[in-house]
Amino acid sequence: MTELRGFYTLWLREVKRYLRDRTRIVSSFIQPLLWLVIFGIGIGASLRAAPVGLTYQQLIFPGIIGQTLLFTSMFMGISVIWDKEFGFMKEILVAPVSRISIFLGKMVGDSTDALIQGVIVIFLGLLLGIGLDPITFLACLPVMLLITFGLVSIGLTIASFMGSLESFGAIQSFINLPLFFLSGALFQIQSLPDWMQAVSKLNPLTYGVDALRTIILGGAWQAYQLQPLIIDLAAIGFFDIIMIAIGTWAFGKMK
Amino acid sequence: MTSAIEVSNLTKSFGSLMAVDKLNITVESGEIFGLLGPNGAGKTTTISMLCTIMKPTSGSAKVNGFDIVKESTQVRKSIGIVFQDPSVDDRLTGRENLYMHANLYGVPPNEQKSRIDEVLQLVQLDDRADDLLRTYSGGMRRRLELARGLIHYPRVLFLDEPTIGLDPQTREHIWTYVKQLKKTHDITVVLTTHYMDEADKLCDRIAIMDYGKIIALDTSPRLKDTLAGDVIMVKANNLEALSKLVVEEMKLEKIQHINDTLEITVRNGKSLLPRVMELATQNKIFVESIVLREPNLEDVFLHYTGRKIREEAGGKELHGMAAIQRRKIR
Repeated sequence: MTELRGFYTLWLREVKRYLRDRTRIVSSFIQPLLWLVIFGIGIGASLRAAPVGLTYQQLIFPGIIGQTLLFTSMFMGISVIWDKEFGFMKEILVAPVSRISIFLGKMVGDSTDALIQGVIVIFLGLLLGIGLDPITFLACLPVMLLITFGLVSIGLTIASFMGSLESFGAIQSFINLPLFFLSGALFQIQSLPDWMQAVSKLNPLTYGVDALRTIILGGAWQAYQLQPLIIDLAAIGFFDIIMIAIGTWAFGKMK
Repeated sequence: MTSAIEVSNLTKSFGSLMAVDKLNITVESGEIFGLLGPNGAGKTTTISMLCTIMKPTSGSAKVNGFDIVKESTQVRKSIGIVFQDPSVDDRLTGRENLYMHANLYGVPPNEQKSRIDEVLQLVQLDDRADDLLRTYSGGMRRRLELARGLIHYPRVLFLDEPTIGLDPQTREHIWTYVKQLKKTHDITVVLTTHYMDEADKLCDRIAIMDYGKIIALDTSPRLKDTLAGDVIMVKANNLEALSKLVVEEMKLEKIQHINDTLEITVRNGKSLLPRVMELATQNKIFVESIVLREPNLEDVFLHYTGRKIREEAGGKELHGMAAIQRRKIR
């Protein structure tokens, strides 16, 4: 019971802190909007990059959701560095609550925040005429959450080893961009050379983007999907479990 | 009386540096126990081990009867800690910080509200409880941390430099709260400090610590008694002659020349000071000034270590800079 309440209170803290940070929420609109409007329309107009029956903007829409989840999730690691810097981490680490509950509370809290960012992108899509019916929207939510678990865990794990914001920022961009580009968020993996396809298959976000496309694009994507939805979800879930284990271990080592 | 804390041969080394060197202390239940020493003496390291944040290199300790290594969770549940550095979430309100702590320490939900109101009242923050912590002053944050350390009714409260960086008025307040706590909650308090006056006013017993070792341990009055007593400080135009006279006529022996001052250590300064003055006048020695100083802990420290308590070490300085930097960021 104590463990559960410890988990709950840490989750609540992350969500409250996020919701109080208005600037972060407002600024989160900008980047996906630029990608969807300028990049989406621009590339779509100059190249035939999307499969038949889909616009380029439609193709990258699930990709941009994935990208938002990736960037936000990784960025969440910064909270660990703040907590270390401001001393609050001590208060948490000295509490009589197990490290796994501490890690899960923080991780699921950050994932909830990242999920909210993802939902904001879906609403942006609505404004741009990329509509989703309510059932598709609801089906997206658990998948998006599942994607964020592993990604947030990467951010938290790295941050637990880092001493400063600068070093975290440097490592973060080093990881973000390859994961983003190799996920197929902006193109179809099938059209890539073999070696790049092979690398993409090792990228957890590839499965996330594929799953989101299968759900959002439905029939039009059926013929192009990398693997069935169930396999995507299994791959993401497997990655999540490994990352949670590593993250808990990393938190256990943290002073 | 049972002991709240028993420490035996507790040692912590960082490489070749012995931060805490075979420490042996017993803290009785219900007392305010002070660890006094300069920065870097090993006080915080000692407290960190007792709070199970750090593992000892060797030796052992029991807090509330629980072993700090083998039963660390029980130790954590039974103690409250106020860290040297701030450890609150400034994006949450005071009350939210307290609720979070109550949940982390397993305080039953139906008791949380009443306990939080109680501790808020104790530190007189009830009117500011729903403001974000970033609007609090340093002293208010400290008081909130003190309140937070009490929500789960700990049997031992650790305070690591509880009044560092606070203004004199706030320091007095904190001392009052701590004393009040001891009375109302029947709690054992262990605090570290490098302020002599703090140890003097607050602690039932004081352990003077330096280079990882306890060099003296007693009540404040008795520590002062170990010094032969008061010091008469005289400045005069012929100190040589005066010191000779004092030795021959008054049979006093503890006399030291320090710069241009003669320091005479005596049992009863108040009655001997006029005699010294008389002796000087009779022998045509002109006395510029004469002062009677009763011993303080500073003297005790000087007596045991042979030097004055060290000022802030370099590491702390950096911390102060970081703190300023932080304020700028926001």
